[in-house]
Amino acid sequence: MYIMRKNKNKLPQVSTASLPDIVFILLFFFMTVTVMKNNALLVENTLPNAQEIEKLDKQDRVIDVVVGPPVKKYKSVLGSESRIQLNGNFAGVNEVGFHVFSELKKMPEQLQKVAIVSLKIDKRTQMGIVNDIKEELKEIGALKINYTTFEGDALSNLP
Amino acid sequence: MAIKRETPEVNAGSMADIAFLLLIFFLVTTTLETDAGLSRKLPTTNDPSKIKERNLFRVNLNGSNQLLVEGQVLDIKDLREEAIAFLDNGRLYSGDGYCSYCKGNRDDLSSDNPQKAIISLSNTRETNYGHYITVQNELVGAYNALRNREAMRIYRVSYEDLMADYEDGKLSQEDKAVFKAKIEKIRELFPKNLSEAELNSK
Repeated sequence: MYIMRKNKNKLPQVSTASLPDIVFILLFFFMTVTVMKNNALLVENTLPNAQEIEKLDKQDRVIDVVVGPPVKKYKSVLGSESRIQLNGNFAGVNEVGFHVFSELKKMPEQLQKVAIVSLKIDKRTQMGIVNDIKEELKEIGALKINYTTFEGDALSNLP
Repeated sequence: MAIKRETPEVNAGSMADIAFLLLIFFLVTTTLETDAGLSRKLPTTNDPSKIKERNLFRVNLNGSNQLLVEGQVLDIKDLREEAIAFLDNGRLYSGDGYCSYCKGNRDDLSSDNPQKAIISLSNTRETNYGHYITVQNELVGAYNALRNREAMRIYRVSYEDLMADYEDGKLSQEDKAVFKAKIEKIRELFPKNLSEAELNSK
């Protein structure tokens, strides 16, 4: 009774003691959401432009295959012919199938059916290597592909 | 003099600030990056099913990036129009396979109906990928243009808007089914028969 009487006309201060906890929860959320992708590109990757594009907004079902001419560092060894990069390593055409297949098997089962292979191919690449990759993908049954592009005027790809 | 035995408590007041700093760091580094591009479905096998030559629209891109459409050199800028004319042709005037919504010339040497019309895109190993994507873009654009037209006619909304609303994820379960049905209907009217393999006709 005594305490109540004392504080009768004063509102108690809002406690900020739980503020760090709230912030920590937010922090953990963003920490788990952030995917620190191994983005060290070994190849140059200037994607072509296209307008009639569809978005790949669910990243959990996307398998990347990156193709392009090697960056300066490797040019003296590998030349300027386009190379394939899988998960931060150079790879040959015959490794694409195995890589995509093993990535596919890592996914939960319901995603395996809707998995998309995102082909991030430099616009200077010649179609030969692209055809080979497509053959590899056909062989393992990864039929959904996406030619990943930038959004822009497609006619600007022409020199 | 009194001797302090207890170690003073660490002030936790700055905890929130530290956490905020970390939070801001992760907020900034989180790039919910969305890739976009031309989605295609690879054919399972090169089925040598019997396709009539008139139902086949051959697009060939050679090693020096020249475009050959139905045996004639064509500028890429005109490709979309040509493809639309081919898909929308609707050769048959009546009977089975008559295309009631086609607005094409009903040319005798072009496709029977959009269901039978197939675009065959072939290329050489030397073809430049950028050119290839441009051609793909134009062909997909032709399909989208026709689908938009039909969606406008039937549902008074463009196909692109239908797709955007469907993928937005703000729809209720029932609405989603309705949208899906609409999209399937439009897709049926102009199925995307775009083959990336060399096809042989009868």
